[in-house]
Amino acid sequence: MSGLLNRLLGPGEPEFSCEACFDELDRYVDLEVAGADADREVPGMRAHLAGCPACAEEHLSLRALAAADGDAPEAPA
Amino acid sequence: MEPKRGVSGPVQLDEDSRAWVSALTAHGFRRDQAVTRLHDLLLRAARSEVGRRRSTLPHLSPAELDDLVEQAADDALFAVLRRLEDFRGLSRFTTWAYKFAVLEAGVKVQRRAWQGREVPLEPGHWSSVIDNDPSPLEAVEHHELGAAIRRAILADLTERQRIVLVALAVEGVPIDVLAERLQTTRGALYKTLHDARHKLRAALAAYGFGTLPTPEDRT
Repeated sequence: MSGLLNRLLGPGEPEFSCEACFDELDRYVDLEVAGADADREVPGMRAHLAGCPACAEEHLSLRALAAADGDAPEAPA
Repeated sequence: MEPKRGVSGPVQLDEDSRAWVSALTAHGFRRDQAVTRLHDLLLRAARSEVGRRRSTLPHLSPAELDDLVEQAADDALFAVLRRLEDFRGLSRFTTWAYKFAVLEAGVKVQRRAWQGREVPLEPGHWSSVIDNDPSPLEAVEHHELGAAIRRAILADLTERQRIVLVALAVEGVPIDVLAERLQTTRGALYKTLHDARHKLRAALAAYGFGTLPTPEDRT
């Protein structure tokens, strides 16, 4: 029940648009990976991720990539 | 209302991010090398995302999946280079670039997974979903609340809001698939969904379901 009710009613609090979410997602994720209080620094993100499954999926994927960034190609010289 | 966002004032780039931006805004061989390295980075992110969602595409061969990865990385590369001036240095450059690949790969996988599947959009389809017995709304644990939701959807939402709310929230159509079928954007659809949810909450409050919990309360 709670899943359907969540999807119907949404977060019910101030939240980002999808565009704002995309603009801020990299900052939010790097704050999370650094162990900072991302929700305080980027208010409106958590509510949006609770209400938008597409952005929430991207958040999880980006966080996994950012956390494993040591495997990324080196920055150019 | 959308919360305030962003940070004002100049931001000091970290060393790696500065190297990326410097090389990508250079000329000649140095830039070409940086673009190739960036494409490798985006391929890695796209491959990760397609791999994570692979179970939704059981009918695709490894070669077709690789093709999706390549398309996503190519489109992400184009987007990153086009929007390079938007990079504010509020994250690492690599995290900023990854998000374009994650978006492109995720959208491509979902649209491929729904290729050929019907997404009923005719006016009135929502009513058959809502009226079906047992409808998904009957699964709402409090029958009175389920009935109130049904009534609010019928009485308080516009036709467009009903179609979007039912497709996304009840039938589980991915928002990017619905956006493609309705020839609009994820952001525009989410705005419609947001407005529908707001009306639904207001209507339920008027019906006597005063304080509905937030998702975090319900977990």
